[in-house]
Amino acid sequence: MANKKDLQSSEIKSKKSKMIDRIIFIALLLGAIVMVFPLVYMVLSSFMTKNQILSANFSIIPDPWKFGKYSEVLTKPEFLRGLRNTLIVALPVLIVGGFTSSLSAFSFSKLKFRGKNAIFLGLLATMMIPFAVVMIPQYVMFTRMGWTNTLLPLIIPGLFGNVSIIFFLRQNLTSVPDSIVEAAKIDGCSYFKMYYAIFFPLMKGALMTQLILWFMGIWNDYLAPTIFIQNEEWFTLQVVIRSFNSYYAVNSDYPLIMAASVLAILPTLLLFFFFQRYIIESMAVSGVKG
Amino acid sequence: MSGGNTKPVKKKMNKAEFKEHCWGLTFVAPAFIGFCIFMAFPIAFAFVASLTKWNGMNNMLDNFIGLANYTKLLTDAKFWKVLVNTIIYMVGIPIGMILGLLIAVAMNRKIRGIKVLRTLYYVPVVSSLVAVAILWMWVFNYDYGLLNSIVKLISGAHGPNWLGDEFWVKISMIIFMVWKGLGSSIILYLSGLQGIPRDYYEAAQIDGASGWNLFRYITVPLVSPVTFYLLITGLIGGFQVFVEVLVMVPTGGLNYSAATVVFYLYDKAFGSNQMGYGSAMAFLLAILIFIVTAINFKGQDKWVKTIE
Repeated sequence: MANKKDLQSSEIKSKKSKMIDRIIFIALLLGAIVMVFPLVYMVLSSFMTKNQILSANFSIIPDPWKFGKYSEVLTKPEFLRGLRNTLIVALPVLIVGGFTSSLSAFSFSKLKFRGKNAIFLGLLATMMIPFAVVMIPQYVMFTRMGWTNTLLPLIIPGLFGNVSIIFFLRQNLTSVPDSIVEAAKIDGCSYFKMYYAIFFPLMKGALMTQLILWFMGIWNDYLAPTIFIQNEEWFTLQVVIRSFNSYYAVNSDYPLIMAASVLAILPTLLLFFFFQRYIIESMAVSGVKG
Repeated sequence: MSGGNTKPVKKKMNKAEFKEHCWGLTFVAPAFIGFCIFMAFPIAFAFVASLTKWNGMNNMLDNFIGLANYTKLLTDAKFWKVLVNTIIYMVGIPIGMILGLLIAVAMNRKIRGIKVLRTLYYVPVVSSLVAVAILWMWVFNYDYGLLNSIVKLISGAHGPNWLGDEFWVKISMIIFMVWKGLGSSIILYLSGLQGIPRDYYEAAQIDGASGWNLFRYITVPLVSPVTFYLLITGLIGGFQVFVEVLVMVPTGGLNYSAATVVFYLYDKAFGSNQMGYGSAMAFLLAILIFIVTAINFKGQDKWVKTIE
């Protein structure tokens, strides 16, 4: 890896330090290539023929290039259904859940009411509880309610808000002076209006970032959909991708599986590239304060 | 959704305060109600279930067996096996932290193009776990996989049976997990490093410290809050490893050598309808996580430094 001795550079870019920069850059570049190589291979193999992938001679460049697998995946009804279902889950959850989360965050950070700390601590404690504990009762509960053949088990819990978003937004609002609340009260502003006219605009940036992260979470979620949804009609995209893998791997249609996987990764990757700065910032905030 | 204020009021609130109280409660009501329905109630339910021989269909309370599930777990060789597997996978946590810190330190220089590299390291983090697990399943394939092709290219000999061998399957999972999580350790360490004031280094340099000593006595202690965070979240997540095993080694591996606690739990609860036994396992897991986290928090004063 990197040269430990000279990790801390001085401000002056001497000849020596430039040399070190170059060495470090090359070392990091090699590391980065190792990191993305499997993904590059995934993309390349989606353009290969089955025979090339299964041949004894190892090669990474498709020969010949086959572009048909993508249109094959995109016209598969299972794939489109999976995509549709994932979006059906994501939209209401993000809109309603984003609203309830930001409303709670406002209340927790700016309003005074009895039981506030107890409720907040209760919510925080849920972040510690492993999903394994609640998944069995939730499964039985959803079965009894007749929800297991629908998308409701994935949608309804999300509508009530998301604890980590509440927590994040609440932290975010601590930098806003409390006196705004007092001033608004004097002006006869109602509490709900205070939320949407004053605090919602203040939270908007942070909320957007959190919603993007939440979307990525919903998009990539596999565990909950696979436990709660039995009906193929309502499989989400990740479950469909997995079922492609178990079904087509037997027929060794790896190019198809790889093309489907590429398509499953693409949206979150694009979101990440576009909103990189915000995503990294909010990741950093959650980790560094320790 | 009233502001349900049924508790005895200690101090009389005036009208304005009462109004704020009601609105405050109303605004947090959705989160609170969701918490009660989808967390608090299931937790209580799971605890009661863990004391019964419940299969999801029969009457739970008629099958009350006390702590028998728990004592059975302690003598269940399979449970111990999956617990040991789960702990072995945690070897990936320090590996990821050390690599992450070294890379972050290397990246914490003003070099052109470093942002692009940072992004590349982060790509696996945002990629779907299922998709990349399928990908790595292919990378680890014994006959045609990428890894063995490379091994063959370099050494000429056939590589190990990554996912099919009791020993190598663990190495494979650790490699996969380190690969998947490395980007986020790098990002967190980078932001930790950026919080260290430059004068610390300059002062130490004046005192004659250099290179390794700067790293050892300034960098490492001052990023300890990040290390602590990564350790805690790594351990909590490490105890719950499941999807990667389910996708890459659906059978749990040769002689269950790849299975984790949650994998076994899932198998028991949904594969053979032993909901009571599964619940007991889930509770034991929660207790384990709680104990490990508590120990960590207790021990943090000894090594976690903060920048004043």
